[in-house]
Amino acid sequence: MAHLAMATGFLLILVGFYGALTNRNILRMIVAFSIADTGVNIVIVAVGYMRGRSAPILDSTVSAADALARIIDPVPQALVLTAIVIGVGVTALMLAYAYKLYEKKRSLDIAKFTELKW
Amino acid sequence: MIKRFIAFLLLIAIGGIFATLLIGYTPDAELNLTARYYAERTAADLGSANIVTAIVVTYRGLDTLGEVTVLFLSAAIVGLVLAGGRQRTPRPRAPVGELLTTGTRLLAPLIMLLGVYVFVNGHLTPGGGFQGGAIVASGVLLLLLADPLRHFSHGLISAIESLAGVFYVAIGLLGLLLAGGFLDNRILPIGTLGDLFSAGAIPLIYSLIGLKVGAEFASMLASLSGTEEL
Repeated sequence: MAHLAMATGFLLILVGFYGALTNRNILRMIVAFSIADTGVNIVIVAVGYMRGRSAPILDSTVSAADALARIIDPVPQALVLTAIVIGVGVTALMLAYAYKLYEKKRSLDIAKFTELKW
Repeated sequence: MIKRFIAFLLLIAIGGIFATLLIGYTPDAELNLTARYYAERTAADLGSANIVTAIVVTYRGLDTLGEVTVLFLSAAIVGLVLAGGRQRTPRPRAPVGELLTTGTRLLAPLIMLLGVYVFVNGHLTPGGGFQGGAIVASGVLLLLLADPLRHFSHGLISAIESLAGVFYVAIGLLGLLLAGGFLDNRILPIGTLGDLFSAGAIPLIYSLIGLKVGAEFASMLASLSGTEEL
């Protein structure tokens, strides 16, 4: 199960990289980066998964005393919670810059932006 | 053509690295040292039923403060980058439709309520400030879709945002004075595990984070929707 989730995550990262490397349109590159970001998050969550255990929330089924044997690793989940929020912020920034670039050149084709090319 | 070929070579190399990682991966049979500490001590020390929340808000609270700061910075930069342009001139446009307008009137308050529920119960259920804040902002997005010319008060949004931030840091400093350290949640009684009013200051801090994140996402959405169509 963990292997399946991890393979999906790695596949999403590769799909995202492929999209970012082969597309010329800036908006498509932003979409591709978001997909790769999702893949990274899935991989990190999959690392914390342990077979036959439940979510790290104590309630009537998992008491505080047997938490040690019953819950999965909570640390990757806390990490991914952070990563998702930062990912949203980064995506919003990329979109804002894409808007500015379009305003300047009237085009979203990355080949038209040659100022940083050497 | 040659660029596409190089891209494929790069992807095959990365895919090879991933494949070795995947084949060599064996899931842990038991919790590692850090996770073991959190699993054993959270209920007794902090009284939070959701261990992920305890890590995010208290054990690694300083990191979360940094994360909220990064989010604030990105919202501020989006506003700065997009506000430099021309002011949008209202132009006549097709009405958005009866279904969306009426549906928004019914759904927007309910979505906001769900968002508040999610961040107030962050220490008991899967959820918390960041998730609840995102849900609140999705209610704002629905309002913007129903009436694209709606003008949200930037003053109100930034007042909510900065007050939440100030109180967040103030609670952190109170922890330094009254309890064990910065952002310690034991400035309020821990209560019984599983109650709404338990886990000390965690519900309070997560509600402030929820308000702050909701206000930041809402201001990002308002700046993005306030841009002129090119």
